[in-house]
Amino acid sequence: MLASRNARVAAGHRAAAVPGLRTVPAVRSGRRALAAAKAQKKEIMMWEALREAIDEEMERDPTVCVMGEDVGHYGGSYKCTLGLYKKYGDMRVLDTPICENGFTGMGVGAAMTGLRPIVEGMNMGFLLLAFNQISNNCGMLHYTSGGQFKTPLVIRGPGGVGRQLGAEHSQRLESYFQSIPGVQLVACSTVRNAKALLKAAIRSDNPIIFFEHVLLYNVKGEAGDKDEVACLERAEVVREGADVSIFTYSRMRYVVMQAVNELVKKGYNPEVIDLISLKPFDMETISKSIKKTRKAIIVEECMKTGGIGASLSAVINESLFNELDHEVIRLSSQDVPTAYAYELEAATIVQSSQVVEAVERIVGGRVPAAV
Amino acid sequence: MALAAAIHGLKGHVGSQLGHSVARMFASAAAPIKVEVMPYKVHRIDAPSNIVETNVAELTDFYKLMYKMRRMEIAADMMYKAKFIRGFCHLYDGQEAVLTGIEAAITKQDSIITSYRDHCQHVSRGGSVLSLMAELMGKKEGATRGLGGSMHIYNRAGNFYGGNGIVGAQIPLGAGIALAHKYRGEKNVCITMYGDGAANQGQKYEALNMAGLWNLPVIFVCENNHYGMGTAEWRAAKSPNFYTRGDYIPGIKVDGMDVLAVKNAVAFAKAYSLENGPIVMEMDTYRYHGHSMSDPGSTYRTRDEINAMRTERDPIERVKKLLLSNGVDAGDLKKIEKEVKKEVDEAVEAAKTGTAPPAHWLWKNMYMDPAGAAMRGVLPGQYVVPEFDPTYAK
Repeated sequence: MLASRNARVAAGHRAAAVPGLRTVPAVRSGRRALAAAKAQKKEIMMWEALREAIDEEMERDPTVCVMGEDVGHYGGSYKCTLGLYKKYGDMRVLDTPICENGFTGMGVGAAMTGLRPIVEGMNMGFLLLAFNQISNNCGMLHYTSGGQFKTPLVIRGPGGVGRQLGAEHSQRLESYFQSIPGVQLVACSTVRNAKALLKAAIRSDNPIIFFEHVLLYNVKGEAGDKDEVACLERAEVVREGADVSIFTYSRMRYVVMQAVNELVKKGYNPEVIDLISLKPFDMETISKSIKKTRKAIIVEECMKTGGIGASLSAVINESLFNELDHEVIRLSSQDVPTAYAYELEAATIVQSSQVVEAVERIVGGRVPAAV
Repeated sequence: MALAAAIHGLKGHVGSQLGHSVARMFASAAAPIKVEVMPYKVHRIDAPSNIVETNVAELTDFYKLMYKMRRMEIAADMMYKAKFIRGFCHLYDGQEAVLTGIEAAITKQDSIITSYRDHCQHVSRGGSVLSLMAELMGKKEGATRGLGGSMHIYNRAGNFYGGNGIVGAQIPLGAGIALAHKYRGEKNVCITMYGDGAANQGQKYEALNMAGLWNLPVIFVCENNHYGMGTAEWRAAKSPNFYTRGDYIPGIKVDGMDVLAVKNAVAFAKAYSLENGPIVMEMDTYRYHGHSMSDPGSTYRTRDEINAMRTERDPIERVKKLLLSNGVDAGDLKKIEKEVKKEVDEAVEAAKTGTAPPAHWLWKNMYMDPAGAAMRGVLPGQYVVPEFDPTYAK
């Protein structure tokens, strides 16, 4: 999103002060303005945006292919590949048997020769079966082969806590993958960034683990056109503010924005940054924000122990200690399997009321309890 | 049980006929009936006889159990649509004969483990319909206290080891349970159930190899309902002859819609397994519903196919026909059906009035005796010491 914003700024257009506001096109670039007005963007759902990204990239580059369970004839369990097998054939949209370790390994092998597979995990939790392939082969091959082989594949799928899907299908395991050397972790959150980031991930020569969220597939929004490709390592400034920097990603972005609505009414002015790149962190955006507000809250769906937030908290404490007026507050989900019962599931993950409480605590100047 | 019901049903008959009818019924309930079932296809083993002996009493028990399973799953369907049950819900209707036949051939000291299509295993292993329904609705009266949900039903007292969400993960677990049986010198088997989709998992072959190496008393039961979610078996398996895929391990293919065929074959398999080690069974069966309640089940197969199964091969209808042709009154069967419907409906209503698990159960059974270790909550400064159940007895 920032990439396209920067491009528009470079082209001489006025960029919106707050992302999301429409800009007034400059009169002298009349032709471009007309084209922009003509390209009336309709609202689509996130699964459609992801599907568009895959379709456009497959059309553009014949080495791009998809493999996974029920991606072809069934259309994808979340419809992200709906109808694509009719357009590209069974070889390019490959229905695999249920053997994650096997087909992820096959994806890595194919990538080593120069193909660009998109391996879909029906749920990111299932990819735990493929962890060896992801860690040892996908992540390390470029390094251990002395740079001879690259593994330009995208491993994508939904993770996170859904609506009472039970413990094994409600894992938040971004953190399990984060220590693997050689992979990049990206989490999309809006329709626009989902499409732009997936396109970038497919074009990238590095292995990207692309986290979608099971509850975000039906989120509506505008998607960019086929040339809008985001920067994979850039965080997104969702809301500029001055009181506190709230770092979040994926579905928690919406939980945070819900809390922000309430906080704004109470007179707070939080800055919200969507991390987007979970590995590596966009330290430029993060440090710029912390230097401005001097207070940081991390809101994530990952577990308390060893989550993405734990890494970010350590990085902030170590490199931005003197810019902080308060210790980092980290809101993460509990270190328990996600229970099936509705009430317990809700108690497991961060709720917007807890974000409000955290902001009041950190900005309100109260002395916090020892952690 | 069937006898008492039969006599009860006769009370409405004309008095002078009564004694005569009772005598006839008494004689026929236990009288052996010989039924010819579809011949077994075998791999590296001699087929058991396909003439199965049964009697009215046994068939009536089968009818009751299968009908109960059917009503339960239909009730779960309705409760899901009414949003009392959420998340993923995988129904077993159509496959009742497989489980009923297995239970008839084994004891409660044998073990069963299966996948997420596990509602009926809980009940056949001794769990109540109420505890199943309460679990599906996320109530603390449920089989796993509302914490597990549809895919994680366990029954330790009944030697039912779940209830597993990840496809194929239960197969090595089943081999492990069999290992434990052998380790302890118990004359028991572990029935390890999985589907045609899971048959392509690598961990299955790892388990098969080890079970073969060490002659573990495990019976690998592939419930082949021909579709792995949306993918037909021939599109996912180079060889869809699942009973042969144990290679050096013998296999039997059974008509999974015929409870007598299943019972006979599993009894044979158990005797074999206790002597010689693992054996693979393929149950040719069918699920009427889609893969789960989120799957309509009609995008990858035709309604004609589903209807044909219902009319030609329905397991409950088959037993019903057998009972009727062996002198059982249709009215008696209607009575059984009414009783079962009542039991299921009452269980559903009782489950609805259940209570949500209390908040502190979020931490229950995270660890055994954590010795005072505290776990962190969401907000900083929150600490909880998790509790646990010293005994698992309900």
